[in-house]
Amino acid sequence: MKINVEVNGRQRLLDVQNGDYLLEVLRAADCLSVRRGCDSTSCGVCTVLVDGKPVPSCSYLAIRADGHRITTVEGIAAEAENLANHFGAEGADQCGYCNPSFALVAYALKQTNPDATDDEIREWLVGNLCRCSGYQSQLLAIRHYLEDRS
Amino acid sequence: MKVVNQMLPSLDGKALMMGRPAYTDDFAAPGSLIVKVLRSPHAFARIADIDVEEARKLPGVELVLTYKDCSRIPFTRAGQGYPEPSPHDKFVLDEYVRYIGDEVAIVAAVDVQTAEKALTLIKVQYVVQKPVLDFETAVGNESILHPEPEIHEMFPIGFDPKNNIAAAYKMNVGNVDAVLAQCDVVIEQTYRTTAQSHVMMEPHAVNARFDHHNRLVLYSTTQTPVHVRRIISQALEFPLAKIRVIKPRVGGGFGGKQAIHGEIIVALVAIRTGKPVKMVYTRKEVFESTYSRHPMKIDMRLGAEKDGTLRAIDCQVLSDTGAYGEHALTVFMVTGSKVLPLYNKVEAVRFGGTVVYTNHTPAGAFRGYGAIQGNFALESAVDELCAKLKMDPVAFRKKNMMKEGESSPIFAIMGEGTEGTAMVMETCKLEHCVARGMELSDWAHNYPRRIIAKNRVRSVGMAIAMQGSGIPLIDMGSATIKLNDDGFYNLLVGATDIGQKSDTVLAQIAAEELGTTLDKVIVYSSDTDLTPFDTGAYASSTTYVSGNAVLKAATKMKETLITEAAAALETTADQVSFDGETFLAGEKRLTLKDLSNRLYYNAGQKQLMVTESYVGHKSPPPFMAGFATIEVDTETGEVDIIDYVSVVDCGTPINPKLAQGQVEGAIVQGIGMTMFEEPIVTKDGKLVTNDLLSYKIPTRLDIRKLTTEFATSYEASGPFGAKSVGEIGIDTPPAAIANAVYNAVGVRITDLPVTPEKIWKGILANRQAEVQNGKK
Repeated sequence: MKINVEVNGRQRLLDVQNGDYLLEVLRAADCLSVRRGCDSTSCGVCTVLVDGKPVPSCSYLAIRADGHRITTVEGIAAEAENLANHFGAEGADQCGYCNPSFALVAYALKQTNPDATDDEIREWLVGNLCRCSGYQSQLLAIRHYLEDRS
Repeated sequence: MKVVNQMLPSLDGKALMMGRPAYTDDFAAPGSLIVKVLRSPHAFARIADIDVEEARKLPGVELVLTYKDCSRIPFTRAGQGYPEPSPHDKFVLDEYVRYIGDEVAIVAAVDVQTAEKALTLIKVQYVVQKPVLDFETAVGNESILHPEPEIHEMFPIGFDPKNNIAAAYKMNVGNVDAVLAQCDVVIEQTYRTTAQSHVMMEPHAVNARFDHHNRLVLYSTTQTPVHVRRIISQALEFPLAKIRVIKPRVGGGFGGKQAIHGEIIVALVAIRTGKPVKMVYTRKEVFESTYSRHPMKIDMRLGAEKDGTLRAIDCQVLSDTGAYGEHALTVFMVTGSKVLPLYNKVEAVRFGGTVVYTNHTPAGAFRGYGAIQGNFALESAVDELCAKLKMDPVAFRKKNMMKEGESSPIFAIMGEGTEGTAMVMETCKLEHCVARGMELSDWAHNYPRRIIAKNRVRSVGMAIAMQGSGIPLIDMGSATIKLNDDGFYNLLVGATDIGQKSDTVLAQIAAEELGTTLDKVIVYSSDTDLTPFDTGAYASSTTYVSGNAVLKAATKMKETLITEAAAALETTADQVSFDGETFLAGEKRLTLKDLSNRLYYNAGQKQLMVTESYVGHKSPPPFMAGFATIEVDTETGEVDIIDYVSVVDCGTPINPKLAQGQVEGAIVQGIGMTMFEEPIVTKDGKLVTNDLLSYKIPTRLDIRKLTTEFATSYEASGPFGAKSVGEIGIDTPPAAIANAVYNAVGVRITDLPVTPEKIWKGILANRQAEVQNGKK
């Protein structure tokens, strides 16, 4: 069957099978920034925005996305670049595998709660694991990104 | 310095944030066959019969392989220099399976669903054997994991498979027993560590295809491309010259991608089918069927005089390598060689033990590489000794620890699987690290404890650590620098950036020496066809070993440029100065841009390209002091880490922010091992904690504050004064936190992890003992 979805502002008709999750459907549709980290909705690597809200695409049935608006990091390039500048300044980026998901989740936070406290940032991103950074540099970078209203 | 020791953003950070295709699976060929592996449900079994006919008949199935279809060539997947110090005890597929998750059969099909369906159609009759699951009973057990006659060691490593021993070693300086007998105070304690999982965020992945030259080209999430190429060639009897291994961006490794995993399987399927093939490990497979850290039981004895002079250390280790012996000997040796020299003034030191086979997921390389296990034992034991001496543990360390200009006999005796290399500490800023750590953690105020509130105690605990900078006289790094028209450079390195940002650090070294800016150095790593030899990202080698190769290449390029500029300016090289942009010879001047364009288009045309290599003659250790400030709830045993202070001597950091990232990432990984990460295995040998729901790594909520500083230090043998920094951060948390818990509530945790349950039990036992003593 096919689903009709808006991916990063472009209307697309995507082939799906029963039981397909959004992650593999998006990767098959050349959205290679969406990546798998685990199989249990635990790590946040596969996050995309559905109608602006972060969801783990590894456990989101593709068919549920029919008629909805999907944003991957390619759809928020300027925001991602801005966050990358702050990550770079704090040395917060290492392997980079999860960074597109951080960009999407931080962007969603900026939309919802731009004045988030450090504890609110920690809680908002708690589902986005990182094994490289130790988290503190990322906290600083995300705080600066939220403060950056340019 | 303009580029080195500067906090520059990483070269690839922005593009990776923006989601550019960069990782192994992003490069799989369209329409690749999907590889899945049937894995053993038994901890130890012989395959009596395996019927794959139905699976082969399933439409869409391209290939099914069992041990009957594979050559019987023993090899090691360890991914180390050659000859390897790990036993050759693995076959591509074997008649025996030795842990739950071991490979039984390989399926390649047109899609995931078909491959998974085919797995269910394979009928296997297992003759279940009695597994060895308690590593303390492995030696001489009636169950022998590796009775097969073909397996062997490449040089003596104490390999004794008939007794389930993968490796063994012992060394001795002075007479430990005699010195201990004379000491005023002796402590004896047994410590146990667990099989931590790496949990790099990118699961292992590999894909392969034959290219237009009919050569086998693999993309792999590897830390060691040249080792992957060599081991595939050995195991599959496929010509080395027909294999190309490309390491694109890698989403973390921490040692878990040093060894090879799916590469041989995917290469084999590609060779048999001639078609493009890919394999991506599930997270469950990463947990069950790649590697963990070696669990160890460490018996420590320390002896000291009443005045706090440490006189003898005895360290006996039993290490569990699981089903295969990858890194068995070398991890175990590092438990001694990169731990015991911390206290270099002892009269006698003894180290020894065995590494045993069990029917668990194999253990392998993991950041810290034995040193974290040994550090937990030694640095806990030192605090236990101090408690008995009634001495401040910092004062004890200041008196006994390694200092600049000193050495240890252990350096010459113990290497990694071989003899070691004698060296004097040209840089060792431990005294600064300890003193500064005391200030930053407010030791004077917080040691041993402060009552914060009812049922809440704050305390501080500390530990010191050392690591290495590469494996001297064995591991080699090299670098090629190519000048382009318009005056910019390519830097080609075999050193493998796996997310630690070594590409950026190496480019900074080159740019500094060439007097240019980072944007003029285009770095590429790594590709066995294009980049020069480098053993890979392990043993804290990249900044020091590969960095020295880059520095040598940049120096050579600069000399070459000056020679060419002198020719163009019709003068001699000694008359020419070069600031990175312009050559000056008296009144004559020539820009690099003009020289480059002249060389490639106009006069005396030639390509300028230099290659240099470096092999370390020593392995200068980075040092650090770690101070954990914690709060303990005395009613529940719960521990909160309030601040973790790290003061690190890694020489001069090439990029202080990226070095800080290495330290802090490692600290948090060490905190994970200390506090949360506990593999749970059933009595049948099944790993229960095989996903990220049941195996908890630290989250953002667990990390309140990290305080990280670098000592001013200049290691003359390193590039621009640098030592390496990749591993040192992970070593101190287990002992520092265990020591802080003891300082808080008087409970000594000797078995990791440090859980609230264990602390609470200890608090309860102490209270009962107090009541008992009160009655007396």
